[in-house]
Amino acid sequence: MINLTINGRTIQVQEGTTILQAAKSLQLRIPTLCFHPSLKPFGGCRLCMVESRTPRGYELTTSCNVPCAEGMVLETDTPHVREARRLVLEMMLARWPNVQVIRELADEFGVTASRFSNELRDDREDACILCLRCVRTCEELVGVCAISYEDRGMHRRVATPFDRESKDCIVCGACTYLCLTGHIKLIDDTRREKGAPLELPTGPRTSIYVKTLQSVPKVPVIDETSCIKMQTGGCGTCSSVCEPGAIDYEQKPEEVEVEVGQILLSTGFQTMDVSKLTQYGYGRLDNVFTSLEFERMLNATGPTASKVLLKNGQEPRAVGIIHCIGSRDENHHRYCSSVCCMYALKFAHLVKDRTQAAVYQFYIDIRATGKGYEEFYHRLLDEGVTMIRGKAAEVVEAGWDKRDEGILLVRCEDTLIGRFREVPVDMVVLCAAFEPQYDAGEVGRLFTVSRSPDGFFLERHPKLDPTSTMSDGIYLAGACQGPKDIPHTVAQAQGAAARILQLISRGYVEVDPFRAEIIEALCGGCRMCNNLCPYTAIEFLADKKVSKVNDALCKGCGTCVAACPAGAITGKGFTYEQIMAEIDGLFTAA
Amino acid sequence: MNWEPKIAGFLCNWCSYTGADLAGTSRLQYPPNIRVIRLMCTGRMDPVFIFKAFQAGADGVLVSGCHPGDCHYQEGNFKALRRALLIKHVLKDLGVHPDRFRLIWVSASEGDRWARFAKEFTETIRGLGPLKLTRGAILESGARSQLGQAAA
Repeated sequence: MINLTINGRTIQVQEGTTILQAAKSLQLRIPTLCFHPSLKPFGGCRLCMVESRTPRGYELTTSCNVPCAEGMVLETDTPHVREARRLVLEMMLARWPNVQVIRELADEFGVTASRFSNELRDDREDACILCLRCVRTCEELVGVCAISYEDRGMHRRVATPFDRESKDCIVCGACTYLCLTGHIKLIDDTRREKGAPLELPTGPRTSIYVKTLQSVPKVPVIDETSCIKMQTGGCGTCSSVCEPGAIDYEQKPEEVEVEVGQILLSTGFQTMDVSKLTQYGYGRLDNVFTSLEFERMLNATGPTASKVLLKNGQEPRAVGIIHCIGSRDENHHRYCSSVCCMYALKFAHLVKDRTQAAVYQFYIDIRATGKGYEEFYHRLLDEGVTMIRGKAAEVVEAGWDKRDEGILLVRCEDTLIGRFREVPVDMVVLCAAFEPQYDAGEVGRLFTVSRSPDGFFLERHPKLDPTSTMSDGIYLAGACQGPKDIPHTVAQAQGAAARILQLISRGYVEVDPFRAEIIEALCGGCRMCNNLCPYTAIEFLADKKVSKVNDALCKGCGTCVAACPAGAITGKGFTYEQIMAEIDGLFTAA
Repeated sequence: MNWEPKIAGFLCNWCSYTGADLAGTSRLQYPPNIRVIRLMCTGRMDPVFIFKAFQAGADGVLVSGCHPGDCHYQEGNFKALRRALLIKHVLKDLGVHPDRFRLIWVSASEGDRWARFAKEFTETIRGLGPLKLTRGAILESGARSQLGQAAA
């Protein structure tokens, strides 16, 4: 244990404690920029200076990287210290006048202007201030050294080797997280495989994250591909701070086999990739959003904390909401996606509620079929939303004039007034079509569920049995069976659940009586039927030298009946006599 | 009196019969000449049914099952396919134009496909004219009733 005095107070600290740590334990304010508790002290910014009393007077020393020594006498807030800090800040301000962290520190220590001028002055708000946290993180925590510093003196800068894209960078984002100015950015350019639409922009995130605040269960997950520990063995910070010790990097995906009697498919839907409809500019023009992206923006846990904002952070002056993008469309989906009219009206209402923007709706028909829906539509008309009956043909950037930059024009025909219109807006929201999931084909094959021509799963009967499928014991609920909103999904799901419970509580299953039966006396023992049965339901009795059908396995398809050369198999329900009688009845009578 | 084709349709219960039912509930219009007989699976189709149908007075026979790979009973439709090829050969020997028999695949959601095939096949048979079945390859009128009597 070491004894030292800081600001007149004597304390005891463990050996190896730095002055900064000791001061922090006394709650003394010492400014730092390059210091971070997870990284080794660097002493680069020179802001953490303190005064150390020596026999010869005083000396200034950094505090982050100097261990306490026995008998040290330190002062953290003397005129010398303050002067040193101000000088450092003035020098920083001269080079990086607009960086927020520097300005805040300058304000704190009373530095308003700099007496210096710097030929390397960088006016950007996200200028690199050479704290080198990123480099140190990459080396110490991540362990790959994908970035480092180069050149000397004033010209020192952070870069990858030879300024080329680094193959060692594992895109973990640790450098962006620790960067004080936002100079280092993580650009997310991932696309899901198998033709699924783009991931919603939810802002940068760490490798360990909670997907949304409404997740069930609401626990963090680790993204294997960007987790430093899983990729390089370094870091491991999250598990070291987790008190219950709930983080296990060794977890592997498990395949679990569960035996069930009935299956309910509710695999949902996806929104269409509207970049295919190039005339609306999604993906090409700024401020053209899909309905799902806009929904995320409106959410309190979304990237803008529920504010309606353009990409440049400003509020829009006018918003255009275009219905039927990809729905009711000969070239894409002929069906109506059912839910868009209502959510488009909801968007209009919320935009009116949260901003001063004008709202334009471009629609073909308004489908407001549920309870209270039509009344909501009328309320919206009273709120001053402009309804234009005419599908928007295209969205283009306005004008040749610099003043019109950023403005989008929605071109449409207003069929109620019989004129073509070009409506200038700042933001466009596209009501993207409801589509079956990208893997609906595979899932369908897996569960022997067919699909209707629109691609959604096929119900057993469109009117009388929308929750079952042709396969006994497999049921459907929700959007996977067709576009529908929440109340309809819930009703269908409850219906399917009731069907399932019905079978479970009954305890037995009624099977149809269509089975094959081999007449022993007629069977010649040729065994042709044995191999034809897809359910291996026919066995050969070696002692009697005849074949026999296993009633439990037989499904009654009749293949063996048709194949038997001796006619020894009766296909109950579809016997020869019965079918011949049908043919007779249909033809000879006429 | 205008002659109308009489066509026997053997449809598998799970796919084609349901598909034809869908054509009905969708109110799709197609000629009424097809008289449908339901089988659980086209695998139940015995060539005897086809010959009996022609014998009984059908001018054409259309058999429809699930698409290959989608048979409700796994492979019944493949067996039907094998038998269909056999039937085509035998029909030729019997003096029946092979186009009077056709095997198609219609799934449960393809109501419009069923209606289309029904229309096409009816027109094909209409073009071929009424079937005159005889003993041997020589065409004679009135021979159908003789054959019918012999088989009864």
